[in-house]
Amino acid sequence: MYINRYLICRSALTTLLLCWLFSVGTVDAAASKADPYRPAGMAPIPADNTATPARVELGKMLFFDPRLSGSQWISCASCHNPALGWSDGLPTAIGAGMKKLPRATPTILNVAYNTIFMWDGRAASLEDQATGPIKAKAEMDQDMTILVERLNAIPGYGKAFEHAYPGEGITEKTIAKALASYERTIVSTNSPFDRWHAGNKKAVDDSTKRGFELFTGKAKCSVCHEGFNFTDNGFHNIGLKTLKDMAEDVGRFNQRKVKINHGAFKTPTLRDVALTAPYMHNGIYQTLEEVVDHYDRGGDVKDNLDPNMEPLNLTLQEKQDLVAFLKSLTSQPVLVTIPQLPR
Amino acid sequence: MFFRNLFGCLLFAIAANASAAEFKVDQKDKQFSVSHLKIKAGDTVNFVNGDPFFHNVFSLSDAKTFDLGSYPQGQGRAITFNNPGVVEVECAIHSQMKLVIEVTK
Repeated sequence: MYINRYLICRSALTTLLLCWLFSVGTVDAAASKADPYRPAGMAPIPADNTATPARVELGKMLFFDPRLSGSQWISCASCHNPALGWSDGLPTAIGAGMKKLPRATPTILNVAYNTIFMWDGRAASLEDQATGPIKAKAEMDQDMTILVERLNAIPGYGKAFEHAYPGEGITEKTIAKALASYERTIVSTNSPFDRWHAGNKKAVDDSTKRGFELFTGKAKCSVCHEGFNFTDNGFHNIGLKTLKDMAEDVGRFNQRKVKINHGAFKTPTLRDVALTAPYMHNGIYQTLEEVVDHYDRGGDVKDNLDPNMEPLNLTLQEKQDLVAFLKSLTSQPVLVTIPQLPR
Repeated sequence: MFFRNLFGCLLFAIAANASAAEFKVDQKDKQFSVSHLKIKAGDTVNFVNGDPFFHNVFSLSDAKTFDLGSYPQGQGRAITFNNPGVVEVECAIHSQMKLVIEVTK
């Protein structure tokens, strides 16, 4: 059971969906563009996978169901744990056979707003991404043909798929669509920063306010961590060290063989960043203070450093202010219900 | 918006000689100023960075493979397209920046 800042209860999934629809607001695109830090409206949804409570409910069952893995022991939630900021609290993930993987589990908070997916951008849509870890030998190690047979043998899933996707059956495609539908409901909620930005001057302290000024000014964080979701969906080599037990990871270069992509990884969201330690694609830092120190140094490995990186010469107070700002991006606690899985 | 950008782009089409022209494509707000550009073999396109951070224009298309490297605001880098074909141009840093250049004979 997940018992942490997230309380566990069972409630109607429709309520969750409605909360999501209202939490993301109805701000139009023009307003969001004028004020990039104002919460965005609903994220784009593919025309062939519009959101319905049945689809979200099915996706949630699949997300929490370990039978999706080859071992029937690992679910999506094993790594994307709601009690750990939709990540796993580990430097790098643990995959099939309890083997340590080379990259950290990214949070899936606000993943619906991303324009490209995975640390190296190898998935173009949430639907494309959804079954990637299931099929990956090192992660959930599942043969999709076997998975489809397994789910077809569970009467409860047959009914749920038919209700969510009438006439489409249980296929790799409908599994992906359902998972994506659920993941689109995992969104950030009203943080102290949002309340301050909306006009409540008492929502954050002075250190946080100074931190935001630094974030968008001297520290240049917003060059990459831009907009309300604090990401440019871009790829940057930020000069991280490779620890002794780590193999070299070329990141985005595997997808686009261009020099600047060597060692570059996707800019993650900073929403709820205080809940998602350790940090960086290789989990090298345990605290936000260490992260800020890294950027203050202008990175450590300069071989193919992103040209936007340079030493910042921050004072101790400025570093503390930046951390205070980052902590102000923590959402209000939300209720995450654990579904009863079909038998 | 598209036609305004296209018009602006064409304004910069300067005949270098009787058979080749130079086009200017801006990079602003993490977008190319046009999403589709039709040029002739031998024409040159100058990619100018109008954003206050680096961009890195490249293509891995069979018709033309190139990497202009990263460069800051105010700078431009040009590339000549000698062969006909469809060239998909992207920014290596900002993957949402895409431009298709159709090179005709």
